Order: sequence, then structure tokens, then C-alpha cells
Amino acid sequence: MCGIAGLFLKTRTLEPELGRLTAGMLATLSDRGPDSAGFAIYGAASPGHTKLTLRVAPGFTIEAFAEQRGLGCTLHADHAVLSVPDDALDDTRAALAAIPEIAVIASGARMELFKGVGLPADVSQRFGLAQRAGSHAIGHTRMATESAVTTQGAHPFSTGPDQCLVHNGSLSNHNEIRRKLMRENIRFETQNDTEVAAGFLSHQLQKGVKLDAALNAALNTLDGFYTFVVGTESGFGVLRDPVACKPAIMAETDDYVAFGSEYRALSALPGIAHAHLFEPEPAQIYFWERAA
Amino acid sequence: MKPALKPQAAEPLVIDLAGTALRNLNATLQALAATTNETDWSILNPRGAHALAVGITAPVTVNIHGPAGYYAAGMNDGATITIHGNAGTGVAENMMSGRVHVLGDASQAAGATAHGGLLIIEGNAAARCGISMKGVDIVVKGSAGHMSGFMAQSGNLVIAGDAGEALGDSLYEASIFVAGKVASLGADCEEKPMTPEALHTLQTLLQNAGCAAPAASFKRYGSARTLYHFHVDNADAY
Repeated sequence: MCGIAGLFLKTRTLEPELGRLTAGMLATLSDRGPDSAGFAIYGAASPGHTKLTLRVAPGFTIEAFAEQRGLGCTLHADHAVLSVPDDALDDTRAALAAIPEIAVIASGARMELFKGVGLPADVSQRFGLAQRAGSHAIGHTRMATESAVTTQGAHPFSTGPDQCLVHNGSLSNHNEIRRKLMRENIRFETQNDTEVAAGFLSHQLQKGVKLDAALNAALNTLDGFYTFVVGTESGFGVLRDPVACKPAIMAETDDYVAFGSEYRALSALPGIAHAHLFEPEPAQIYFWERAA
Repeated sequence: MKPALKPQAAEPLVIDLAGTALRNLNATLQALAATTNETDWSILNPRGAHALAVGITAPVTVNIHGPAGYYAAGMNDGATITIHGNAGTGVAENMMSGRVHVLGDASQAAGATAHGGLLIIEGNAAARCGISMKGVDIVVKGSAGHMSGFMAQSGNLVIAGDAGEALGDSLYEASIFVAGKVASLGADCEEKPMTPEALHTLQTLLQNAGCAAPAASFKRYGSARTLYHFHVDNADAY
């Protein structure tokens, strides 16, 4: 099953409300995915700095690491976000890679990514989603099929800067594609099929293609059933497989584009009664981008 | 809710889902006897809830004021149910008799496996409309998505707009009428001549559904019946 919620703001009006609205959507989608949840949120950038979202093992004190290196550090339950000056990024990454208690799960100018096991409402609360502002957010509620119920197996997945992906469905050729991507130096942390899709898109984007072209390549390469919602620093994309088994409904107003696995998830959004509601067509790429 | 004798054209009985549990709504409607005087119901604040007004066996009228979730009006047997909004997956699935009217769009698998009654969709229907239908009549005033009429066994599927890919795939004896473009026909589905009987059926359905599309603009599709029996030339395919 699984549930997807995505909210992409076209104007600044709702930016302070982004977290609260996204948390509401995720809570509604608990029925579709009660075992774990996660979200990526695109907040304010700090010029010249990269945000690294870390998952920290119990007992390890990440603040000491941050203080020693003069890095900004914000704790959110078992996650931490480091604000790293771009010229110190390589050194910091190398230092973090040597610490077994730390996993770097996302990086980017604006994106922070949190996920964990438990009911979606609990996960949102654990990471303070409702209090957060930003331009867009993508969340997922998971009912596991292809790999174990762990924090690592929860969505979203990120394999590139400011890029994330959530998935409802399952891929049938992910092992083959994972092997091919590993030969291209894309690294994978899990046996999860969605991580392969995220890696595939990141590999395309690294080659310099735009997100819509990368999604088109996914359509030609990935086999299985899927509804994907992807985020980049300034964009938001949706793709359904050609058979389109997995549900998807979208709402668009002057202020936002919203994605929900079911209409229920959209029903509390402001102005929903007058929104343009539509189901994304199979095998068609939808992509919105906002000027910075 | 206490039964109240009331004259015709009285105010409808209102169930507001902002304050009533879905199970209570369905239990109330399912408990109505065929002879009930409580014949006019309004459901407020559905907010896309699943399984709204399912399994009704009394000839009552139910108006759902807002968007419905999955399987709205499912298993309907005799009620007249109108959804003032969009309907989610499987609206009127397994309907036995009665009438379900969606004033917006319908999601996937509208009218799935339904045995009887009339399903009218004012807007568009998504993929697999009328999948495995077993006698229902479905009139879609807009377009229908891919694989509509998949394995449809009997009844009529009328699409006033366009039909998506693989229309009528693995069709049995249902009739499909399409006024607009058909993206492609599914396996064993072929165009059929519009017989006087078929034209009469179509005209009656269009009239009952309040569909303005002229019957003459439709083409008829049905089963070529080549998949009904095992054919030895296909042995390699298994």
C-alpha cells in the first residue's frame, strides 16, 4: 500500500503553514502506511552553507563534533542537521564517514530529511514537522513490502544534493539497475527498491539532465508499478507507471500544488473546495518549478 | 435516529459526518426497511471518506454533499445515490440495482463487478471503468481511462467522450458504446455493427442518464469471442 503526501507552494502565502499542513496530510494517510513515515522539507538556505541531515546512534554526542569544528547543529530526536560551510564540506564528510554511529542521510542547500519507524503522526511529532516552514515538502507513510521495517527502509530516499524521492508500489528490476548504477559509483545503503529509483534519478541529474528528462528516462528503464513524487531544490515532480495501479490525486490552486494518495489527505488544505482536482495520467511527467 | 412519519417533500434527514461516525451512518442506512418512510437522506462533510452509503437495500434517496472516497455506494441494491462531487476508486462497485449518479469525476474501477442498476458519471472516469461488470449499465458523459470494460461480462458501458488504451480487453458479452476516439482496442475486442436493438438500448440509456450526445455519434464494440476456448495454436504461450 503506502501513502504519499506532497505539497509544493507556488507563492509565499502558506510558507509558515507548510509543516502543519504536511503533518496533517501524513496523519490522514496512516491507514495506508502505519509502520514508518518520513518527510523531506525545503526550508531557508544559508548562503555558502550546506545542510547535512544525519542519523545519530543512541549515546553518541554529535554536538561535541559540531562544536569542535564550529558547525551549526540542530537536534531533532535521533536526527541532527549540521550547517557546514561549503569549503569545509569535503573535510566534514570525510570525518563523518569515519564515525560508525553517524549516517549521513541527506544533503543540500535547503533540504532536510527525517524518517523513522512508528505511526506517521508520531514520526511528525518526533521531528517537529508541524512547526516547520518552507517552500515544499514531500512525505511518505510506509507499509513495507520489498524490504524490512527499519528507519533505513523508510522513505524519502535521497542520493543527491537537495534531491529526494518517495514511492508507492514496487519495482521488479531494481537489482539489475542497482548493479549497473554501482558500476557508475552510485552508492546504496539498503536493499530497498525505492533507493534504486532515487539513485537512478540522481545519476541522471548528475549527468546534467533536467528533472523532467530524468523522469522520462525512469519511465523507459524502471519496471514494476510505481507512483513517484520527487523533490529538487526548486522543483516538484510526479510520475505514475503506464498501468497506474497506484492511486494518485492532485489539487492545484493559485497558491499550491498538492499530491495525495487519496483525496482524504487533501481534504483539510485551504481552498480545497475550489481547487482544480485531477488524477495524474499514466506515464505522463508532471513537473512544477518555482523561481528562487 | 428515531423514525419519524413525515409527508412527502419534507426536509431530508441529515447525517453530518463532522459529528457522526461512518459506521453509524452505514448502519442507519443499512437498517432501513423496504417500506420505510425515511426515504430522503443527506450526508454532509464526507471529506473523501471511504465506503460511504454502502450496502443499502431500501429504495431511498441519498445525497452525498461533497467528495467521496473509495467504494462509495458499493453493493447498492435499489437506492438512488447522488454524489455531489468526485468519487474515489470503485464507486458503485458490485451494485445490484438502483441508481448512482456522480456529479464530478470518478476514479479507477467505477462500477467494478456491478450486476445491475445504472451508474451515471457526469465528468470523466479514470482507468478500468466497468472492470468485470456483470450486468450494470454505465454512462460516462466525459472520457474513460485505459482498460475500461476489462473482462466485462454483461451490461452496457456508454462513453460519450474518448476511451483510453486497451478498451474492452478480454471482453465477454458486455456491449461498449463510444462516441469519441478510442486510443486502442484490447485483446479480443472489435467494432460491431450498430443493430437496431443495440441502437434502441443506447438511446434508452442516453435518455435515462440525461446524456445529450446523439446516439448516431456512437460506435459499438463487443467481443470477437476468439478467447472463449483454448486454441491449440496458443499452446506455446502458456
